[in-house]
Amino acid sequence: MRTNLEANWAVTPETEQKIVDTAGRYQTEPWQLMHILLDIQKIANNSFPREVAVIVSRETGLSEASLYSFISYYAMFSPSERGRYVVRMCESAPCHVRGSKAVMEAISKTLALQPGETSGDGRFTLEYCQCLGLCVNSPAVMVNEAVYKDLTPGRAATLMEDYMRGDYDA
Amino acid sequence: MLEETRIVLRNVDEIDPVSIEDYRARGGYEALKKALSMTRDEALSEIDKSALRGRGGAGFPIGKKLSVTKAVDADQKYIICNADEGEPGTNKDRVVLSGDPNSVFEGMAIAAYIAGAAKGFVYLRFEYPYIFPILEQALENARKAGCLGGNIFGSGFDFDISVVSGGGAYVCGEETALIASIEGKRGEPQFKPPYPGVKGLFGKPTVVNNVETLANLPQIIQNGGEWFANIGVPNCTGTKVFTLCGNVARPGVAEYPMGTNLKDIFEAHGGVKDGKDLQGFMLGGQSGNLINPDQMDLPMDIDTCRARDAILGTGTIMVMDDYCEILDIVENIMSFFIHESCGKCTPCREGNIRMHEIIHNINAGDGKLEDLDTLEELAEVMQITSLCALGQNSSYPVITSLHNFRDDYLKAIERGQRA
Amino acid sequence: MISLTIDGLPVQVEEGASVLDAARKLNINIPTLCYHPDQDVKANCRICVVENEGQRTLLPACASPAAEGMAIHTNSPRVRKSRRHILELLLARHAQDCLHCKRSGTCELQQVSEDLHFVKTPRYPYRPRSAEMNDESSMSIVRNASKCIACGRCEYVCNEIQTVHAISKVNRGFDVNFVPAYDRPLGESVCINCGQCVQVCPTGALTIQDSCDQFWDALETDKLIVAQVAPSVRINLAEALGEEPGTVSTGRLVTAMKRMGFHLVFDTDFTADLTIMEEGTELLGRVKNGGVLPMVTSCSPGWIKFCETYYPDLLPNLSSCKSPQGMFGALIKNYYPAKIGKRPEDICSVSIMPCTAKKFEARRPELSTDEAPDVDFVITVQELARMIRSAGIDFKSLAETPFDNPFGLGSGAGEIFGATGGVMEAALRTVYELVTGETLKDINFEAVRGFEGIKEAAIQVGDLPVRVAVAHGLGNARKLMDAVRSGKADYHFIEVMACPGGCIGGGGNSIKNWKLMESRLEAVYGEDERLPIRKSHENPAVNSLYEEFLGEPGGHKSHELLHTVYTDRSYLLR
Repeated sequence: MRTNLEANWAVTPETEQKIVDTAGRYQTEPWQLMHILLDIQKIANNSFPREVAVIVSRETGLSEASLYSFISYYAMFSPSERGRYVVRMCESAPCHVRGSKAVMEAISKTLALQPGETSGDGRFTLEYCQCLGLCVNSPAVMVNEAVYKDLTPGRAATLMEDYMRGDYDA
Repeated sequence: MLEETRIVLRNVDEIDPVSIEDYRARGGYEALKKALSMTRDEALSEIDKSALRGRGGAGFPIGKKLSVTKAVDADQKYIICNADEGEPGTNKDRVVLSGDPNSVFEGMAIAAYIAGAAKGFVYLRFEYPYIFPILEQALENARKAGCLGGNIFGSGFDFDISVVSGGGAYVCGEETALIASIEGKRGEPQFKPPYPGVKGLFGKPTVVNNVETLANLPQIIQNGGEWFANIGVPNCTGTKVFTLCGNVARPGVAEYPMGTNLKDIFEAHGGVKDGKDLQGFMLGGQSGNLINPDQMDLPMDIDTCRARDAILGTGTIMVMDDYCEILDIVENIMSFFIHESCGKCTPCREGNIRMHEIIHNINAGDGKLEDLDTLEELAEVMQITSLCALGQNSSYPVITSLHNFRDDYLKAIERGQRA
Repeated sequence: MISLTIDGLPVQVEEGASVLDAARKLNINIPTLCYHPDQDVKANCRICVVENEGQRTLLPACASPAAEGMAIHTNSPRVRKSRRHILELLLARHAQDCLHCKRSGTCELQQVSEDLHFVKTPRYPYRPRSAEMNDESSMSIVRNASKCIACGRCEYVCNEIQTVHAISKVNRGFDVNFVPAYDRPLGESVCINCGQCVQVCPTGALTIQDSCDQFWDALETDKLIVAQVAPSVRINLAEALGEEPGTVSTGRLVTAMKRMGFHLVFDTDFTADLTIMEEGTELLGRVKNGGVLPMVTSCSPGWIKFCETYYPDLLPNLSSCKSPQGMFGALIKNYYPAKIGKRPEDICSVSIMPCTAKKFEARRPELSTDEAPDVDFVITVQELARMIRSAGIDFKSLAETPFDNPFGLGSGAGEIFGATGGVMEAALRTVYELVTGETLKDINFEAVRGFEGIKEAAIQVGDLPVRVAVAHGLGNARKLMDAVRSGKADYHFIEVMACPGGCIGGGGNSIKNWKLMESRLEAVYGEDERLPIRKSHENPAVNSLYEEFLGEPGGHKSHELLHTVYTDRSYLLR
């Protein structure tokens, strides 16, 4: 499914320190585990590979097996590598009845990616996702943490072109 | 023309959501002050009088919930605001939280005072990351103003709130799953009993309530339970915040008294978009039901809906025009449940995918008449044997569409057999 | 007491009892799959649903507390229809190869299918849980996801009881699976091979790595096939062949093995006694010379890998003694050949064990001679039972045969190695008498017996108050080791057994629960009482081995053959 990425993400001493610092919050606020792991995933280029889980396991005392159990459960984590921009197209019914399929086709064509794929340059991952809670403005799409509403195929294609040109920061 | 009755939405779009001054200028935190001047029993009795029922879908009376937790003796109790609004076709909680977070915080504080909790959590779904900074800022401002935190208004009552995140799991809207998620576990529902009100988060008594439910509490305390009970219909008091979406002319979030007729709401929002013909509605979210235009004369409250085989649920009204393919929509809905079933219990884990499989086959022209019997049988088994509401309800769109749009199924099967 | 009716029959149960408990009291059979008597209730398979009059949804009998006035129906049309449909959904995902499945005949899913009289082909197309083939990477355990029914029992035992964290539930919905982190093969994971997951799996999804063919193949060679039989095998084998739990079958098992073609059958009780001589000497040396204390036993290979992985800093605490299997292997390949005029390579060394982790231990390079393993392969109780059946032997009717010499004599102290606390008790019997020169008045150390998770005792041995602790099940071991690590455990000697209950609860036995374990435990101490020699240092065969070959306990020769070293395996966590 996944295209081979040109630049594989790897843990550097600098990123490791960031992961360690973030994971440290778990000791005082265990209820923030989700937040913490999501923040760590951001540090790790939108993915949660084993190298990262091992560091988190060491710092939190949570076993690697339980961390993997956790991240493989929640849709927002990915154990495999993803692009710097994760494009999530809502596929739930309210978007569906307002043409999300055509919007997805336009995005897919513009990015030259099928849902589930990551671009060879490691910039984009395209995914379907469940309801974004923007039902009164459907169809909607989320790029990392930014949302775009009331899309048409044309507007979606333009948006992706903007991203491809580098108009938005990751 | 139908007018809105705004209780929950009264401040939305009227104030700066993070400004404590704006909120207080409109009477904010006066209800909490008033509650703190009452005994816990007096405050609870106002809630009881209001007869407010939970707005997350199940419709359980909140007064009862609070009194259960209040009665338990424990060193620590929790109030959780369920802001895991994952039901497709629903985005009312997003509007309330991003437009008037303090009304929810104040509701939580009142609930905490009654139940005897000192700590609250807002479990915010991952898909609303842009709401995090709003909540954090609003909380900070409320603490600075002495409305939250230690010794609130000099009453000796302590209460503070942390915002925690979801991770993209629909089932975490179920209270035991949500609790597991905050505990750092897979968000899988747990068998009840024990009920969270007795043994919940980290093993402590915990009240879990929906955003909309909590946002009602300050107004109930402020204006009295009786005032609230006079809105709506008997047994289903107050208002409901509806989400109108799909092929409707004027989509949006709107608040009407319980019992308001679907037909009137639909018309107030301009009917079908672009003047197309109405094919039907999806009510109550994706685990709700699909009804046809003949069923549109429907008072929207929990019990009437239930009595007519419909579901008020979270207040979703998704309009489908005559260009929609019902089987397409049902197939889409079932793929959602395949994705969102937690996989813990057999009927839900295995049932949803089989249901999808059958509908996909019918839709693709590979259906048989017997398939409809299998769907009925499987749906019943899932409804009566699944562990939580997800598996118990996910077959409703299949079954209701099978009853209310039967021709669509028969035509698809016939088409396949002819080809 | 709570009164209710089930299928119209009145029944009274204690507060807190489940509907399932109540039904069982009436001898009403409710099928179960995820339910396990030794685990927390999960209520996820839903096969045990029952109808409570007036309630729309059905109740899982395992999880629902019996309540006053309930009117339960276990066989109503809705219940029948639901159970059969749930079963149908499970079967449509389950590999359809019962005929050649290792669990055929003991599979709980098969049993439920039969009980519900499900005799049709599921109407849903077969969709296996996982496209992958068997995970054969582990030397001890085979994992086959296509037979998994997602009951969660394996995850529970691995994480909650054993705290090994080798497998966990991953993904969600239809894709739920039970695998090591990041879907790695079991053989490369932190799995410590204890096989407790095999013990709780209701189906053939987790089974023992089968070594039976290695024996049948060996029969076609000219090798002398020599077996050692662990203490608990004689306790558990008859049960695995359908006899009452706790039926001791020492003589019959030797007969059966001889009939199958084993040339010589020795008793691992012998090297258990040898272990006590070495370990006792080591302990006294550490106490006298200020060595690392507490010293921890090293008989249990699951425990050893656990310690190597999670407590590498405590490896110096481990006794350097090889396990009884390891000592036996060393003697078979280093002492015995010369004695009978053969070369080591002419001998096929087999061990019969209650333990799946022994398969891993046997492949440790430390336990080999000239790069050839001291134990060629390990056969568990489950496998031996199957071999006996496949050889057409009617186990029940066999006459008794004694073990072969020179390794055929074991003491009661060696025999109790099979139960938690047994190694400790055996050591105390010997250490006390060797240090004080007095004879023990009562050699039964009750304080270290029984199934309590962590047991402690202090025994005055001469001038020294010896403080000991015993843990079984790795969750308990973890608690004890955490205390040792933080300096809060002031013991001299600790016994750890990886498996709950000790070797009689080993992963290689027939399927167990705590109720069965009581009978097994009783049988162990019954054997101890029955044996003429009950102290390791009074075993004449052991003493003559020292005289003839080894020299003295802890001497040079012993160190060369009977002691070992450990490996830091914390890399598995990195």
